Amino acid sequence: MSPMGFLFSAYSAIWIILALYLYSIHSREKKLRSEVERLKQLLESKKDKL
Amino acid sequence: MTDQKRQAAFDSILGVLVLVAMVAALYMAFLQAPREKTMGDLQRIFYFHVPSAVMGILAFAVNFGASAMFLIKKDRRWDNLALSAGEIGVVFMSIVLITGPIWAKPVWFVWWTWSPRLTSSLILWMLYVAYLLIRTYVPDPGRRAMVSAVFGIIAFVDAPIVWFSIRWWRDIHPSPMLETGGLSPAMRPAFYVCVAAFLTLFLYVVRRRYFLESARHEVELLERKIF
Repeated sequence: MSPMGFLFSAYSAIWIILALYLYSIHSREKKLRSEVERLKQLLESKKDKL
Repeated sequence: MTDQKRQAAFDSILGVLVLVAMVAALYMAFLQAPREKTMGDLQRIFYFHVPSAVMGILAFAVNFGASAMFLIKKDRRWDNLALSAGEIGVVFMSIVLITGPIWAKPVWFVWWTWSPRLTSSLILWMLYVAYLLIRTYVPDPGRRAMVSAVFGIIAFVDAPIVWFSIRWWRDIHPSPMLETGGLSPAMRPAFYVCVAAFLTLFLYVVRRRYFLESARHEVELLERKIF
């Protein structure tokens, strides 16, 4: 591999790792927010029944 | 404006700042910094490799401080911060451990060598991977926070060893360039811009990860109320 190939590989690895990590935070956040909403609604409906 | 909206607005501003800083870092590393005489363009890996290492150590230092604060205050928020910083430290150290060998292969003619700096860095990464794994094995939140805080404090012992290894022992790894004057003055602005860009990225990610953990805590509290 040429030096430019190594340089390209290194920077690609950096961007791939960072992008995957940011995406994982975003998707976990989205999932938790909808879970919070679902549980809040469930709690409200339980309160209404009581 | 509600707290959530204010938080989202701040996140957006910080996100834009990270983007601008990263573009500036790429510009400085590839276009402003001069071509190194011996290694040529390959040396440009240094501009992202070193800031990643600095952010990795910084993240583990935050984990150490937050773990200690959790043991003192027993406040779950410190545990949330410790976990966020520990996970982010692993991400940055993964970048270091991948880009390092990519640089080493054409320069040292080997991907890896068991030098003090490389070995202690790998151990540090493994310790914090273990820290994250331990958290998944302890079901009780209180006990999990306690065990991981103690582990986080012990794991941090390796961080100064990584930092000082190239000063304490003979090592094939390049010496600290800023201290020894090995980094030419023409390359310094690019290096500082890259460190600043990584610092903004670090702050952005810590903040996002911390709020994610707070949301998880909220889910746990709601589940306890309902079930």
